[in-house]
Amino acid sequence: MSRQASRFDSKKVNAEFLTLTYGALVTQMLRDFENVEDVNKQLERIGYNMGMRLIEDFLARTSAPRCLEMRETADRIQQAFRIYLNVQPTISNWSASSDEFSLVFETNPLTEFVELPQDLTNLRYSSILSGCIRGALEMVQLDVQCWFVQDQLKGDNVTELRIKFVRRLEDAIPAGED
Amino acid sequence: MSEDILFDFLHAEIVNYCLHDNNKENDFSALEYIGFNTGYRLIERLTRDAPRFKDELETMKFICTDFWTLIYKKQVDNLRTNNHGMYVVQDKAFRFLTRISTGAKQLEHAPKFVFFTCGLVRGALTNLGINSTVTAEVQTIPACKFHIEINRN
Repeated sequence: MSRQASRFDSKKVNAEFLTLTYGALVTQMLRDFENVEDVNKQLERIGYNMGMRLIEDFLARTSAPRCLEMRETADRIQQAFRIYLNVQPTISNWSASSDEFSLVFETNPLTEFVELPQDLTNLRYSSILSGCIRGALEMVQLDVQCWFVQDQLKGDNVTELRIKFVRRLEDAIPAGED
Repeated sequence: MSEDILFDFLHAEIVNYCLHDNNKENDFSALEYIGFNTGYRLIERLTRDAPRFKDELETMKFICTDFWTLIYKKQVDNLRTNNHGMYVVQDKAFRFLTRISTGAKQLEHAPKFVFFTCGLVRGALTNLGINSTVTAEVQTIPACKFHIEINRN
């Protein structure tokens, strides 16, 4: 077995397995929906669901303390990308009020084997990432907006994900209780 | 390790998407097909530098050792064949079932979590030139048996 085990780089295979499975899912969705916008929404929603669960694993794994400002949150998101996808996005383009920033990816593992055909230029292939960030942050009481500014699949040099702080979520008290 | 949990979540969402969102509780074809597509492509990358398998049995052994270990983090517990194109692969702690409680009610839902793998194995075999039908059987969680029937003609 030892000979066989060394034949494969299991980390690399795992990453490729994830990439290929995601690709198969996107393909299936494009078959299921006529409207590309619907596919974008579905992918975002799937990411959102995953993010909601992933944050627990992240907190358990890193024992990260509470973030006091967006700059700390940005560092944590960067760290999460390193842990889960083995990529290190650069944090940049802070707005003057420090509530909006960009994550810039030199490489995007999800799109490693992907080329978009001409008729799918509206597809936001990596929507799962923005959904994931939104879902994870919502679980720690942060309401954010998240969208793609640049995408290597559309011919840009880098993939840029913009994240904007909207508000802090308060725990809602059920109706009828003080 | 960390990618594993990511994949587990993605798999759960794919199951959700294929069965619930489209209101196709009992139609596993989309789920199987996503697995097929993945297996078909993955095996090509895995076997790129490997010498050609000398026969069907060797191919099956590859699926049960290297392929299985990479994806399911363990070898299969048992591989049997009747030497007439029928293989039974047994995994006593199948990755997608290990986090599910063992109960009669849960058992009803077990099929959802094995169809992706049926497709995955069928896809991998197809790209290695073997046309097959793969079905799964769960009698007690988290054990699972995959029946692989080679279609020769």
